[in-house]
Amino acid sequence: MTFKRNVDRLPIPPKDAKVQNVTCHFCIVGCGYKAYTWDVNRQGGTSAGSNAFGVDLSKQQASQTTNWFSPSMYNIVKQDGRDVHIVIKPDHGCVVNSGLGSVRGARMGELSFSETRGSQPQRLTDPLVWRYGALYPTSWEDALDLVAEVTRRVVEEQGEDGLIVSAFDHGGAGGGYENTWATGKLYFDSMKIKNIRIHNRPAYNSEVHGTRDMGVGELNNAYEDAELADTIFAVGTNALETQTNYFLNHWIPNLRGLSLQKKNNELPGETHKPGRIVFVDPRRTVTVNACEAEAGKDNVLHLAINSGTDLTLFNALVTYVAEQGWLDKEFIAASTSGFDAMLAANKTSLDDAAKITGLQVDDIKKAAAFIAEPKDGKRRRTMFAYEKGLIWGNDNYRTNQALVNLALATGNIGRPGGGCVRMGGHQEGYVRPDYPGGKPAPYVDQLLISGKGGVHHIWDCDHYKTTLNALEFKTVYKKRTDMVKDAMSSVPYGDRAAQVEAIMGAIRKGGLFSVDVDIVPTKIGQAAHVILPAATAGEMNLTSMNGERRMRLTERYMDPPGQAWPDCLIVAGLAQAFERSWRAAGKNDVADKFKGYDWKTEEDAFMDGYHAHATGGQYVTYESLRAMGTNGFQEPAVAFENGKIVGTKRLFADGKFNSKDGKATFMATQWRGLQAEGKQQEKDKFTFLVNNGRTNHVWQSAYLDQQDDFVMGRWPLPFIDMNPDDMQALNLEQGDLVEVYNDNGSTQAMVYPTPTARPKETFMLFAFPTGPVGNVVSKGVNELIIPNYKQTWANIRKIASAPEVTRQLTFKSQEYMPPT
Amino acid sequence: MRKCDNLIDAGRRQFLRGAATAAAGGVAAGALISPRPAEAKTALARVDYPTQKLGNVKDLKVDTPVDITYPDPDSPGVLLKLGNPVEGGVGPDGDIVAFSTMCPHKGFPLNYVAADKTLNCPGHYSRFDCEKGGQEIWGQATQNLPQFQLRVDANGDIHATAVDELIYGRLNNVLKA
Repeated sequence: MTFKRNVDRLPIPPKDAKVQNVTCHFCIVGCGYKAYTWDVNRQGGTSAGSNAFGVDLSKQQASQTTNWFSPSMYNIVKQDGRDVHIVIKPDHGCVVNSGLGSVRGARMGELSFSETRGSQPQRLTDPLVWRYGALYPTSWEDALDLVAEVTRRVVEEQGEDGLIVSAFDHGGAGGGYENTWATGKLYFDSMKIKNIRIHNRPAYNSEVHGTRDMGVGELNNAYEDAELADTIFAVGTNALETQTNYFLNHWIPNLRGLSLQKKNNELPGETHKPGRIVFVDPRRTVTVNACEAEAGKDNVLHLAINSGTDLTLFNALVTYVAEQGWLDKEFIAASTSGFDAMLAANKTSLDDAAKITGLQVDDIKKAAAFIAEPKDGKRRRTMFAYEKGLIWGNDNYRTNQALVNLALATGNIGRPGGGCVRMGGHQEGYVRPDYPGGKPAPYVDQLLISGKGGVHHIWDCDHYKTTLNALEFKTVYKKRTDMVKDAMSSVPYGDRAAQVEAIMGAIRKGGLFSVDVDIVPTKIGQAAHVILPAATAGEMNLTSMNGERRMRLTERYMDPPGQAWPDCLIVAGLAQAFERSWRAAGKNDVADKFKGYDWKTEEDAFMDGYHAHATGGQYVTYESLRAMGTNGFQEPAVAFENGKIVGTKRLFADGKFNSKDGKATFMATQWRGLQAEGKQQEKDKFTFLVNNGRTNHVWQSAYLDQQDDFVMGRWPLPFIDMNPDDMQALNLEQGDLVEVYNDNGSTQAMVYPTPTARPKETFMLFAFPTGPVGNVVSKGVNELIIPNYKQTWANIRKIASAPEVTRQLTFKSQEYMPPT
Repeated sequence: MRKCDNLIDAGRRQFLRGAATAAAGGVAAGALISPRPAEAKTALARVDYPTQKLGNVKDLKVDTPVDITYPDPDSPGVLLKLGNPVEGGVGPDGDIVAFSTMCPHKGFPLNYVAADKTLNCPGHYSRFDCEKGGQEIWGQATQNLPQFQLRVDANGDIHATAVDELIYGRLNNVLKA
């Protein structure tokens, strides 16, 4: 049956409830929230004078009220050791979301750790070590000393390349400036670790090297630009489900015509109409449907290309735009270089593009007109937005560049209503010393699979769910870590010297010692020998920036579970343990490299990192950020005036880009088919495209959602969207369990009939704990080790008819239907 | 009997440890500070719902929604005969259900689409399946749709007796000063 909370009332926040700034710790958008907390033995009343909202709560509140919160926004948590009620509710004063809460962020309350109410009982409360055949609690000192001792011994024997690291590099939960700085300082400054990878890809690389190498940073506009654009050109982004409130609060008003006044005010002297939108996506998404409902089909163009052929489309568009004379010649001359060479190299006819992409020539022409046909003699303003469909798609580097070519040629970067931006996944929060490795960086998964390295430090990553070639990775990883587990079990735990000897003996035979830092037990954590419990946003003060570089401070509103620490303070403890270990080994010169971690709080790490090292960081402190509330400021900071941090609305507004001569560089980006090794053969051999990505209810790998009854009641298993004719051919009914398999591995999913899915083109939920699609994604990457998740082909066969857990689900279309 | 059913449902979803304990906690807290101690002493773990007649079985036609309110006139809802027996359905065919029509996301009014028996929100595109207890098919609400529990008496009158989720825009399903 459908999950219901059976909650029919909630405690009322009293007038004097404490109110703190919160930025949602999930996606890149970073919606503003407020945390209300008050003592568990108190509550407010319904009269206006007795509650925090100052209104009569005995009355029904109107739609979009600021005076209501849902059961999912409520919990009882510990604050400074005392039980308090907490409500984490969207902030109407935040310009990002204007009071909107998504189905993910508006559950931050119930996803908080509560001993009283039993929410998130999975949260790690103590350091754990492998002893007597299982993971058992130990002290921080014991755990850190073991990690430091084994790591030192491995580095002594194998050099620093023997230490392999997986670490977050982003903002929000499991990241933030405090924690990226701390881990960066440890691994890139105190040590020079090259063999490091990021949570969703197997090397230490940008997902958007392409645009950066052209001098164009990828987060270069303001969310307001989506309200000002004549056209939004959206590539491989499903914004309604993955950047929900950016889409709802800034794209939709433009399509509805609600931003016309803003356009007229801010951009006088040109004609303005409600916005139009172009989607490039092989799949029809709920985002396309919502845009059609709002703007009408005439103003929405969905280019349902053949999977992986985006590059050819962009080259054809730039060719056609140039032929029509729709270029921004002044901008090209003043702010760019290499245009003529790019145009010559990338010349692609409409017919050739139509053949490769599967599109109609007229639709490509129409897209070009939407993008660049002058309006009353003035340049059309187009915002280019892209995300994982491009980033994790075929030929990432060139495709990214081909899109930026188009944006530059039409003068749409650094201008109001423009921008060529990635939409983003997590928030950002990167400040680190320079990475000591090269470019391309080492393919870390392949190092681990080939037996390299002796010790692996994992910071808030779960490769079993979120890497490519996941089945082989898991198989080898388990084997290598089991060798160490068996060795550890062979000697008494209390004999540290013997333990370390046993571990080193196993490592010399190909074993791997695994240290996992996380907030919850992960799938890869099953292989770990030491697990260290971390705090998440709100359990610590945490800073991050969103997709328009808007930086905010989430204030600490509750205690971490048990003995959990902020990641940055775990780093500090580990660094100090390294110093002790190296000194005891008589290597004082090495030990001295681990000085400088005498942080007592996350604020100390912030001051050591962001404040001292980020561009404009000198203007930014916790105190100044607190005063900036949920609106914060847009990075980089350029001044501190009248008690406020002054930021930067959009980058490159002066026409100067990130290069020596200040010019953006056009790039030659010729089509070369399916670029990653083995992809074409896979396509030829297997029947179904297994496109993959996110869904609305779930944040990331469901690491918290897996204990949320509301979410698991909707998605107990990963779905695979299939065309009904394909289902019939395989004798499948809705909710049936299928195996998805190819030469890379196999995984499971439940069938969701999807009439809009093209025949032989499926879409499967990504990174889900009960069926990781990564098992069937090949190890093929691009020249900079960017994975190619989207172009995966496999066969499908039935495992079982719909089990009880899927029979309870609705399988109706997810597309909104307006009244008829 | 009604409370009993509620508890059975609750136990099946293991919500009791979370939500109901909190409601009970709220009551205990009320006892400490309430200016109306006598009332607090008699308060139940769940609010006491009015029973209200919504219509009669003989007046309902398949897929023709009837506007209703429950538990008071400020809480709009819909009474539906779906044509197939469903979760929570009552009446001779087990197909009569009632839901709140304020979207639990932002309180926009939901429209019934007979073509697939769903309630749809024009505000932010949420959709709820009337044949699956108001399960959110897709959307931004963090609740499945509040369903009104129904009872049909001998002469075919349909009564609402309780609600299974918090109704949008109120912190107590039964408004009280």
